[in-house]
Amino acid sequence: MKAAVIVFPGSNCDRDVQVALRQSMGAEPVMAWHGDAKLPKVDLIVVPGGFSYGDYLRSGAMAAQSPVMADVVAKAKKGVPVLGICNGFQVLTECGLLPGALMRNAGLKFVCKDVHLKTEAADTIFTGAYKKDQVIRIPIAHMDGNYYADDDTLDRLEGEGQVAFRYCGADGESDDGSTGGANPNGSARDIAGILSDTRTVLGMMPHPERLSDPALGGNDGRAMFDGLVKALG
Amino acid sequence: MKAKVHVTLKQGVLDPQGKAVQQALAGLGFEGVSGVRQGKVIELELAESDPKKAGAQVEAMCEKLLANTVIEDYRVEIADA
Repeated sequence: MKAAVIVFPGSNCDRDVQVALRQSMGAEPVMAWHGDAKLPKVDLIVVPGGFSYGDYLRSGAMAAQSPVMADVVAKAKKGVPVLGICNGFQVLTECGLLPGALMRNAGLKFVCKDVHLKTEAADTIFTGAYKKDQVIRIPIAHMDGNYYADDDTLDRLEGEGQVAFRYCGADGESDDGSTGGANPNGSARDIAGILSDTRTVLGMMPHPERLSDPALGGNDGRAMFDGLVKALG
Repeated sequence: MKAKVHVTLKQGVLDPQGKAVQQALAGLGFEGVSGVRQGKVIELELAESDPKKAGAQVEAMCEKLLANTVIEDYRVEIADA
């Protein structure tokens, strides 16, 4: 599998993704500068977390208009898998590869902590190494992770099985979505990550790359990258 | 020409920042504030001198970048420099 990680000015989770990919791939991913209009031929594109363009105007808004993103969108439309993590998820909604938008956390605080996620869609190239309804522990670190979409879109996402991960308690139980409970940011229907209708684009607010090594306190994130290597060769 | 773009959250989209401002105003003793919504004003200076063309240009900017039309509405005002 060949992979590329997009680097914008202000991205700061690109290297953690590089480490996680290197660990699972046994090879180096390409670090692709946002100004390069053409990506090399790859099997996976990762849009990492961070503060691209300082979150100015709206998180991910200007990164979505970067030269490289036109090629990411074109490749995604041809079926090349794309994984967007945190700021990357924001970029993917801004450029229209995923529906909805990420808004200011309902509690108006930057939230930096481990959360539990229920794996709602385990049959994808991203989640193939997880089991359906498996509860995993993954960290979040964001100010604008409140997933919003109108009711029709939310119903469609639910109906088509495009909700990939949902915030839940450690025991897998969900609460009513109020802040201070299992839902850390007020996201509609406790949604932590969603898939495109082609199931080849995944956007998620939590950072699987940050818990991919027991030395860092957890390993639940590793299966995402191992799963991708298994699915994409 | 000068353009002023008002970007506001769509009706029906929750605005926790507006709510926080509303609560702060109540805490300061200002009564009778039944709703607060927070938006943005973006001011642009344009070389285009035809107001119709300037308006169209700024509308295109709003659709492409200045507003996220999933959650935001925008209003454009054009004036002489």
